[in-house]
Amino acid sequence: MSTISEISTGSLTEGLPTTLFRFATAGSVDDGKSTLVGRLLHDSKAILADTLDAVARTSADRGFGGEKGGIDLALLTDGLRAEREQGITIDVAYRYFATDRRSFILADCPGHVQYTKNTVTGASTADAVVVLIDARKGVLEQTRRHLSVLQLLRVAHVIVAVNKIDLVDFSESVFREIEADVQQVGRELGLGSDGITDLLVVPVSALDGDNVVDRSQRTPWYTGPALLEVLETLPAADELESHLESFRFPVQLVIRPQGALAPDAVAAGLDVEAYRDYRAYAGQITEGSVKVGDKVSVLTPGQDPRTTTVVGIDFAGASLEEAAAPQSVAIRLAEEFDVARGDTIAAAGTVREASADLYASLCWLSPKPLREGQKVLVKHGTRTVQALVRNVGGKLDLASFKQEPASTLELNDIGNAQLRLAAPLPLENYLHHRRTGAFLVIDPLDGNTLAAGLVKDHPGDHEDERYSI
Amino acid sequence: MSTYLTEETTQVTDAAVSTRLSSLDTLESEAIHIIREVVAEFEKPALLFSGGKDSVVMLHLATKAFWPGKVPFPVLHVDTGHNFPEVIDFRDRTVERLGLKLVVGSVQEFIDRGELAERADGTRNPLQTVPLLDAIQQNKFDAVFGGGRRDEDKARAKERILSLRDEFGQWDPRNQRPELWNLYNGRHTVGQHVRAFPISNWTELDIWRYIERENIELPGLYYAHEREVFARDGMWRAVGEVSQPLPHEDVITKTVRYRTVGDMSCTGAVESDAYTVADVVVEVAASTLTERGATRADDRISEAAMEDRKKDGYF
Repeated sequence: MSTISEISTGSLTEGLPTTLFRFATAGSVDDGKSTLVGRLLHDSKAILADTLDAVARTSADRGFGGEKGGIDLALLTDGLRAEREQGITIDVAYRYFATDRRSFILADCPGHVQYTKNTVTGASTADAVVVLIDARKGVLEQTRRHLSVLQLLRVAHVIVAVNKIDLVDFSESVFREIEADVQQVGRELGLGSDGITDLLVVPVSALDGDNVVDRSQRTPWYTGPALLEVLETLPAADELESHLESFRFPVQLVIRPQGALAPDAVAAGLDVEAYRDYRAYAGQITEGSVKVGDKVSVLTPGQDPRTTTVVGIDFAGASLEEAAAPQSVAIRLAEEFDVARGDTIAAAGTVREASADLYASLCWLSPKPLREGQKVLVKHGTRTVQALVRNVGGKLDLASFKQEPASTLELNDIGNAQLRLAAPLPLENYLHHRRTGAFLVIDPLDGNTLAAGLVKDHPGDHEDERYSI
Repeated sequence: MSTYLTEETTQVTDAAVSTRLSSLDTLESEAIHIIREVVAEFEKPALLFSGGKDSVVMLHLATKAFWPGKVPFPVLHVDTGHNFPEVIDFRDRTVERLGLKLVVGSVQEFIDRGELAERADGTRNPLQTVPLLDAIQQNKFDAVFGGGRRDEDKARAKERILSLRDEFGQWDPRNQRPELWNLYNGRHTVGQHVRAFPISNWTELDIWRYIERENIELPGLYYAHEREVFARDGMWRAVGEVSQPLPHEDVITKTVRYRTVGDMSCTGAVESDAYTVADVVVEVAASTLTERGATRADDRISEAAMEDRKKDGYF
């Protein structure tokens, strides 16, 4: 186990560089999530002295501690003035800490208000999500809802932290019972047994630190790793097997400087003549990898795919032989196609036909409800198109995992819908494509984001049952 | 086309496909993706550039995003009139080197015209909001890049990467758009603009490790140097035209450096013998104080100091 104190010198100049790991936390009211986040930050020494002093002063002012004394760790994540005044958490907050193996980005998602909106937001970029359960309460309806959302969003790793294990006297039987309940819910959802996600259960006491950073002596019956150890060793989404998929590259813009070369590059010896007709397509690889010499297809809505060869992968003066997600690069092609923002470059022969009929699950994130016949914008990759909501096909009861009939979707609902797009898009099933299967639904009137969309297969195509909500 | 595989090709950045990108490479790719998205989707972006390390890193990322082309937007500096002279000099050299257009919003001009009043405590950092919004409006900027990081402050910890501002430049923390996957929604209506924070996910240590790795030049006051200082509010203040000691404040010469570079009247130095970027990386990694807590009087005013300024349209 390593902590940030070891990062100070050695690991920065010697050994391997750290890698990035993104995770989110989700919990219900009073299950100790803020304390757990505070504990992770505190014990990994991510909290600096002045912040700690401020928290200690506030803890004392509020009479925190009683017999235990010390500081209220939950205050470490206390956010905005409005939140402090009202004692609530308004929004997803991002926190940062590091060990000598990894740098962590933590999306701290409030649980009690707009839990679906916050969980969907935090989970959309997360490699793992930590769901909290109060050991005294066990699996609640809220827990089932959280796990259901995480399954839908295909979060690679779900870690259930059974918190307040100190308040049940470190009882193994209590933990085992909750663990069995969690696994049962997981089986109902396909979570942890579908080859895409996994599900882990860890007993912790956020207040005292048991099994948070270090393994606890007080849970001798638990032989697994502490929470931070889990987070340090799980593979990130972009190093999983499932990620080694076919190359996908939504074109963000065309780099074509013509006369306007960067003066600093010219001063450093750039061959002005050679770069006069430079033309490359800039973007971030969303999936898979690409090598110079690879055959690729350029997908332009409304046109047949055009096949060509990659002749160069450039990054700020460096020529790369190959690149992989999530690298941002600029790609040069053998033929001078007319390629523009919104087009996708993909490994040749791996993309099915673009479609103007979009079947999707929608996580509705706006107080304005969805209605059939509504006109919206769909943002997919680097392209935004108009769309018409043809019908709503029902919504998911997150507690029972059953589908119920619905003709509208309201804030925090998750449902099915069919949309007709003004131009075809290279849509892919979210089940296997967490980037090219995702889209935003945007309100054309005020520009606000209405929903997170997950592409499903067309009815009639082979469809994975686990995904048919 | 292979003629582009040219000699000036320098250090090949971790192209290894079999191993994961380092955290710095991942953060760099994320930031470049965001910068390109904003340039592609907005009519007239600009980059806030103060000569401070975060804005210098932002500009460096922009040069990488559009290489071999020029950075396709101007830089905007809100000049408090209390800047360190060496920082202004650095700003001008950088703009010249990259062939950029510089737009300056001047706090002094607003004070001279009577549109802003000097504060009793003499600090001008909070006065930057009005000239900033004026410059955004005059130049019709619809997106403004900033070097804000979420690890700086708890208000910033909750701000989106693309942060919508209303006609008054105000940030409404209770009414933010959810930010999903890597799909950024920059839609805005007339009068609104967007602040874009591509290095939101970087920490102070990431910034310094990146400066070291990329060999990025910074104003010299980020490194240890001898300076005449006096103690005020628990910080070392530089002696300068706008920063004079009171009779009871003794002036002494110390070896110091700056962790943030702001208005001379409110930015304090820390004692340091970090003369090189490698020294600074070690110092920051071992530091026990946050950079704003250590060196910014303006953030000590109240626990919600940053939140209040952001709501009023600050960076």
